[in-house]
This record gives sequence, C-alpha cells and structure tokens, in this order.
Amino acid sequence: MDDIAIKVNSVSKTFKLPKEKHSSLKSAFINVFRSGKGYDLQRALDDVSFEIKKGEFFGIVGKNGSGKSTLLKLLAGIYTPTAGTVDVNGKLTPFIELGVGFNAELTGRENVYLNGALLGFSRKEMQAMYKDIVEFAELKRFMDQKLKNYSSGMQVRLAFSIAIRAQSDVLLIDEVLAVGDAAFQTKCFNYFYELKRKGTTVVFVSHDRASLEQFCERGILINEGKEVISGSIKQVLQSYSSIVLNELDKDTTKNKHDNNASSYVSIKSVNSFSDKDEEKNKFNFGETIRIRYEVAVHKKITKPILGVTVWQKNNDKAIFATNTLIEGVNMADYHPGDSITFETTLPNNLNDSEYIVEPAVANESATVFYDQLPNAMSFFIDGSANQHAILSSIAPMSIKVRRSKK
Amino acid sequence: MRHIFSKKNRALLAELVRTDFKLRYQGSALGYAWSLLRPLLLFIILYLVFVKFLKIGNGVPHFPVYLLLGIVMWNFFLEMTVQSLGSIVGRGDLIRKIRIPRWIIVLSSSISALINLFLNLLVVVIFLFINHVDLLKTTLWLPLILIEVYVFALGISLFLSAAFVKYRDIGYIWEVILQAGFYLTPILYPLARITNLTFQKLIMINPMAQAIQDARYSAITHQSRTIYQVFEGGWYRFVPFVIVILVFLLGLMYFRKESKYFAENI
Repeated sequence: MDDIAIKVNSVSKTFKLPKEKHSSLKSAFINVFRSGKGYDLQRALDDVSFEIKKGEFFGIVGKNGSGKSTLLKLLAGIYTPTAGTVDVNGKLTPFIELGVGFNAELTGRENVYLNGALLGFSRKEMQAMYKDIVEFAELKRFMDQKLKNYSSGMQVRLAFSIAIRAQSDVLLIDEVLAVGDAAFQTKCFNYFYELKRKGTTVVFVSHDRASLEQFCERGILINEGKEVISGSIKQVLQSYSSIVLNELDKDTTKNKHDNNASSYVSIKSVNSFSDKDEEKNKFNFGETIRIRYEVAVHKKITKPILGVTVWQKNNDKAIFATNTLIEGVNMADYHPGDSITFETTLPNNLNDSEYIVEPAVANESATVFYDQLPNAMSFFIDGSANQHAILSSIAPMSIKVRRSKK
Repeated sequence: MRHIFSKKNRALLAELVRTDFKLRYQGSALGYAWSLLRPLLLFIILYLVFVKFLKIGNGVPHFPVYLLLGIVMWNFFLEMTVQSLGSIVGRGDLIRKIRIPRWIIVLSSSISALINLFLNLLVVVIFLFINHVDLLKTTLWLPLILIEVYVFALGISLFLSAAFVKYRDIGYIWEVILQAGFYLTPILYPLARITNLTFQKLIMINPMAQAIQDARYSAITHQSRTIYQVFEGGWYRFVPFVIVILVFLLGLMYFRKESKYFAENI
C-alpha cells in the first residue's frame, strides 16, 4: 500500500434522474402515493477498479459522457460512491477545475485570496505568495480590476498561477489544456515536467492524445461507465481509437465493412533509405536517413494527417515525431484506390543504438487513428563518437573564467 | 472534532465571510452604512406607527428601545435563516467542483448575519443612551440569550439549507412561516396585552418569544414579562431550551446525512 497513491475498489455510482421535475414538495407527495418510482436510475460508473502508483502520471480517457468526470469527482471526494471504496494515500488537491469560486464582482486580488483559501491557504500564506502569483500570471496591471473585466484567457492564467502553488501529493486535472494560447500551454507543459520531476502523482483527464501520450505512463479507458482497459497509455489510446472508429462506422451505416482501423486505410512498405535512395537499415552516425511509407486508401478520407514517430528501443520516450499537420503540408481528400507516399528526412545526430519507426495516419482533427504500426521497422546507428546520451553532442563549446580577486 | 476548526477551515471561513460582506453592498453609494441605516429607518417607521399613532406601548417603560431590541433580534433570526436557506444552492458552483466541508458555507452565511446583528446592537445601545435607560446588572445575561438564538437559528438553517437542495418549495413555505412567526412573537406588542393566560403560555413556548422577552428583561426593563413569570416557575419554562437543543441536533443530523449528495442533487 505504501507505493500506492490512489486505490479504487470496484466503485459504482448511480444517479437518480427525475422523470419529471422533482424538486417540489407536490411531486414528492404524488410520488409517495403513486407506487411507481419518480426517477430513473442511471449507472454512471459500473464496478471500476484500478490503482495509481505514487509519482505516476495517470490518464483517464473516454468519450464525452462516458463517466470519466464522474470518476474524477469520486476521486476528489465530491461525490460519494454508491458502492465500493476510494482510498487516497496522501494529501489531494480538493478541486478539479481551474478558478473554482472565482467571483466576477471581486477584483483580481480578492479572487486570489478567495481561491487560495479554497485550496487551503491562510491569508498570511497567500500574502507571501501573492507577488509570485501575479508575476507568473503576468497580470500586474489588472489586479485591482474586477474579474468580469478580464478576458477568459486572463482568468485562466490567474487561476493556473494560484493552482500550481497547491502543495499536494495528488493532483487532479480536468482538461486544462483546452484553454489558453500557445504560450500558456507551454507554461502548463513546463509545469507538468516539473511535477514529474518532483514525483507528484497526477490524474489527468483529457481528449488530447498528444499530451496524454507525452505525460502519462499509464491510464484507464472508460466507456459507458465501464472500464474497458487499464494499462500502459499506448494500449489505452489504441483501444480508444478503435472505439471512436466503431462509432464513426455506425454513423455511416452504408459502409458495412469490418470495423477495424485498416478499413479506412492501411500503411504498407515502411522502409528507410540513404540519401542515394538505396534501401538500408544500418546507418553511420551523421548519415542522412529517409523514412518512406505508402498508404493505401480504402474509404474516402478528408485531409488526413500522416506522420511518423521514432523511438529508441526499450525506451518509452519518443525522440522524434513529426506529421503533415505540424509541418503544414497541404492534404486533400483521397478516394478508395488512391495511394499516398509519405517521406521525411530525419536529423541524424543519433548515437549508436536501435531505433524503432512508428508510422501513423489520423483524421483531420487527430482524434481517430486510421492506422498505426507501433513496430513497423527499425534501423541501427553505428560509429558515433560521443556515447553519453541518445543524441550525440557535436555542439561547439567555449569556456570563460572570471577569477575571484583575492 | 478538532479538525472542524483547523487552520485551513478557519481561513476558508474567514475568506467566505469577507467575500459575502464585500458583495453585499456592492454598487450602492452608501455601502456598509446601510447595515446601520436599514434598522434605523425600519425603527422610525415602527416607532411612528406603534408608539405615536397606535400608542400600543403605553405603560411599558422605554418602549421605543424595547421595540427596537425585539425587532433587531427577530431580524437577525430572519436574515440568518433566509440567507442560509439559499446558501448551499447559491454556492452550487463550489460544491460541484471542490471538496470543502459543506457546513462551512452555512456557517459563513450565519456569521455574516451575526456581524449585522452586532452592528444593529450598536444602534440599540445608542438608543439606550438617548432614552436614559439605566444600565441593569442583568445585562450580563444578554450574550447567553443571544447564543441561544444563534444556536436555534443555526439548527433551522442547517435543516433548511439541506432541504432546499431537494425541495425548492421550502423557500416559499419558510417565508410564510416567518411571516406568521413575526406576529405570533411579542415583537410589536407587549406580551401583557394578551389577556388569555393559556395563549400567553403557548406563545412563550416559542424560543424566539422567550429569548426576546428575556433579552428585554435583562437589558431594558424588569417590567417585561419573561417565561419564568408566565409559567410561574414551573418546569414548563424549560421547554423552549429543549426545543432549541432538539432543533439544533436534528438540523445537524439531517444536514450531515444529506450533505454527501449535495454535489449531485443541486
């Protein structure tokens, strides 16, 4: 139990949904005399169990209405489970959203103190942190204005700056990355890296594949209140893709093909080439590496994203990832029978090792992966001089010294 | 029990009360002055109607202050219960998104009402001087009587705020009960005006009537009829206190039971 941060024991949650508006005494009376129940039972979560280890980034994945927010609220202690138990080992931030309790009629300054109190800080503690918070949020000029005059981005920045002060062992985060501009997202990411370094346990609910993949080690997939799979984040995201694809297929009922990912496209012949276009998989350090694969189109797809990720073998951190969206390559619509060739050149300052190439094709919004080959091929690097990290350092250096005057 | 008033909870309570107070008179030119002006203006109206025109209080010494103290105490009871009633639903955004002790919300609105009570009592003190009321030794009892009123109002507040989450009719029902209570409590009229002794006894069983009469007795004039006199010292005189304790415990129990489901029922 010592290395477990959260233990969820066959938890179920049932909501009573009134059939008609129930919040009046009259209907309560009528319902007493009418033998039938005045409400429907909705099972939001059904017998879910999992454990989150200390220091882990844990993702909760699922469609809208699948029960993941209910699960988060149970973890936060906002809801009481109908059956089962939730054990939390350590201090947990009691909120799941940014800016809870923000009041539009109060000034920025007053809201900082109010929000801080909700996080469990006394006024004194908040006074000590106040300057840092304002600086981090970059809102110094606005602190004496009412919150209703803030833009939503400013509100989020302020809320986030307060929230990261919370000193807790377990943090619950619900879709914070959906808001804020690119600069703010970078700040969020940096903060997440810091959390990872400090060994904070984080439970993270998101739709965003990229950030889930980037931060989470493990996760759970919830669908219609039931646990589909819990395990490594890669497996979880793959199951998620196939669930979403299934739904898509149900929508376009005319296409009665089999419901797996390759019913849209399939990736074929993934290979690596030298700059002379000869196919090979052993490269010298610094030699140009070109990755090429073909995509056979089976169903009409609109502006897909084609990409590739390179992993070092036995290392769960990607070292190189790119796609047509990142590079701004114009994609068109493709029809059954079309064939698309994807090619990219890798920057090769890789050290001696085996590297794995994972090609993928996703839909326009990157929510559905049509095809993804986790272990499509591998290549080897040989002959680099500096073997201390994944990347070989060939950076020019200089040293300057200023001696102390003694 | 100790964690109930842990540093964290105290800080949160203070911040919620502060927010309440800041927001209350937001946008009004006179601001906090209304906390004093409101009871003052109300008093002037009642004074003109009941003392000058209807002459109800003839025979009661210092009747204007006597009247004012009763009004101030009743208004505290009314304000606290009405504000608490909507407090849980009004803070639904917090309850759905954060795990804080739910009772802190009710407590914070009760403390806002307490602050107002003390401001109003200041007005009463001013009138005590204007009316040349002699300071009575029994005034020392007044804090205890006010605590009794607070505990009674808190018990009711806990029950109402929790029940209001499920049944929104409670708001209207409570309004009617308060209206009836205002006339069934000897606030505007001296208790002695009711000549039927059985009615007097029934009226005095109500903790608010007992508390207001006791407060007047202890701070203004010994001529105000207390429950002790009405029941001539019989054990029935303890009934209001038993009611206060029962109401508080039942309110607390109901609140604790229901508070687990606030987040989903709001």
